[in-house]
Amino acid sequence: MTTVTGPIITCRHTAMFDYDFMRHAFAAATIVAVVAGLVGYFLVLRGQTFAGHALAHVGFTGATGAVLVGLSPLAGLVVVTVAGGIGMGFAGERLAQRDVAIGMVLSLSLGLGLLFLHFFTAYATQVTALLFGNVLSVDTDTLWALLALGGVSIGALGVIARPLLFASLLPELAEAKGVNLRLFAVLFLAIVALATAECAQIVGVLLVFTLMVGPAAAAQRLTSRIDVGLALAAGLALAEAWGGIALAYWTDWPSSFWITALSATVYLAAIVVRRVVT
Amino acid sequence: MNSIEIESATLLLGGRPVLHNISLAIQATEFVGVLGPNGSGKTTLMRAILGLVPPASGTINVLGATAMRGNAGIGYMPQVRGDLSNKRLSGWDFVASVVRGHRLGLPFLNAAGRREVAWALDMVGARELARRPLAETSGGERQRLLLAQTLIGRPRLLLLDEPLISLDPAHQAAVVTLVRSLQVELGIAVLFSAHELNPLLGALDRVLYLGSGHAAMGSVAEVITGPVLSRLYGSAIDVVHLNGRIFVMSGGYDLEHDAHRHDDDHDHGHGTHHHMPAHRHV
Repeated sequence: MTTVTGPIITCRHTAMFDYDFMRHAFAAATIVAVVAGLVGYFLVLRGQTFAGHALAHVGFTGATGAVLVGLSPLAGLVVVTVAGGIGMGFAGERLAQRDVAIGMVLSLSLGLGLLFLHFFTAYATQVTALLFGNVLSVDTDTLWALLALGGVSIGALGVIARPLLFASLLPELAEAKGVNLRLFAVLFLAIVALATAECAQIVGVLLVFTLMVGPAAAAQRLTSRIDVGLALAAGLALAEAWGGIALAYWTDWPSSFWITALSATVYLAAIVVRRVVT
Repeated sequence: MNSIEIESATLLLGGRPVLHNISLAIQATEFVGVLGPNGSGKTTLMRAILGLVPPASGTINVLGATAMRGNAGIGYMPQVRGDLSNKRLSGWDFVASVVRGHRLGLPFLNAAGRREVAWALDMVGARELARRPLAETSGGERQRLLLAQTLIGRPRLLLLDEPLISLDPAHQAAVVTLVRSLQVELGIAVLFSAHELNPLLGALDRVLYLGSGHAAMGSVAEVITGPVLSRLYGSAIDVVHLNGRIFVMSGGYDLEHDAHRHDDDHDHGHGTHHHMPAHRHV
């Protein structure tokens, strides 16, 4: 990393991919964006976006707790979000669709995370990275971890996609046809938790919404077909993540800012396009 | 062979008996209107036929086998379907989600699956409107898509739970006519629950009236009478015939209409004014 400070100023337009950290950043963004777009599509369809947002905050407690006891923040993030997702799934509609309950869990998680940091004051940069992401600091080990986690979440989503869709659209009928609603709710939120932990590596726990929900919601505005919608959600997430990193490289502004800006722009554009077309 | 045979069945909802020791048989090919006040067990009866509510005592036989979850011979339109109006998925994908929907895998259909969806949509005349997102369909159009969905898998029995709720009289009549023609054309049995008898009068073969834990079944002339309904409601009931329509009255109040109004208040908060004239035109 120390070698990058000089040439970054002189030849940034031609040499973006000469740097390991930029190649890593694009690779990580690719994996995470595809996962976020596909998982986010079902999250938006099921109307559980706020639950996804809360899971990211629960992850902050996990990450800071892991740092406190000397483990990697990613490990803490994954373990605690998945536990949170499974817990939320078992609590079912009583919790998962109650804004106040989710909001309380969300703020308590951030509060606990703050407490853990209070005991471990030396890592202010790490806090910023957890909260707002730092895609430019992804190393090879993290990249492999993201690839493995992404493979697991997309693989699991591929296995449960059809009954999940059925249960999301017609729960009473799905139940009558033998679909275990609770089981699929739990499995899906566990997948969302994994995707959340991945997203947090790129945009941080506070901004997971921007990659998970923004592209998927825009895709559902633009097409009512499920196959096109899934591809579009992943494609938009990919474009926003790549675009954000490239813009950060050219402007020196934070990549997370650019990703949120692109995500909001694309969503607004989707609404406008929809209005104009119909 | 009968479509449904229920022998001395008692059905519980939250530990409380909703239907007590009822026995009835539905033929293989008939249109049965299921009526009764709120909480009389119309939905519970359908859930029992689907195998979701096991009888506390007695037996329920459906299409020649004991009622159990996953019966492919039953098509079902559930009553709770409020949040479809914010889904951006197309009507086609909505109906397609039912095709082998309980199997693991990706939600994409092969050619046979797509033909099945096209057939079901054609049966209810919804092929064109199925291109639009659910969020951009009217209540009557969504009802046709929900009906198309029940036909997936070529069922021999349809359970339709309150398909007329929050539809205006013209759309109510269209749904009843459509269901009747499907029932006759496919030669199947239909249980159609409703708050009001009048929209069903021209279409139904028999009535199943539920009340006070009991059930009465037969033709309209046999069941919709003062003595039978007085027993089901547990209070004195008058049945008034007026211009080919039938009103079930208790002390001057139209009971079916009151029940209907109650549900509409729940749906979109409209008061009595809106529905009084609509009802009178049925």
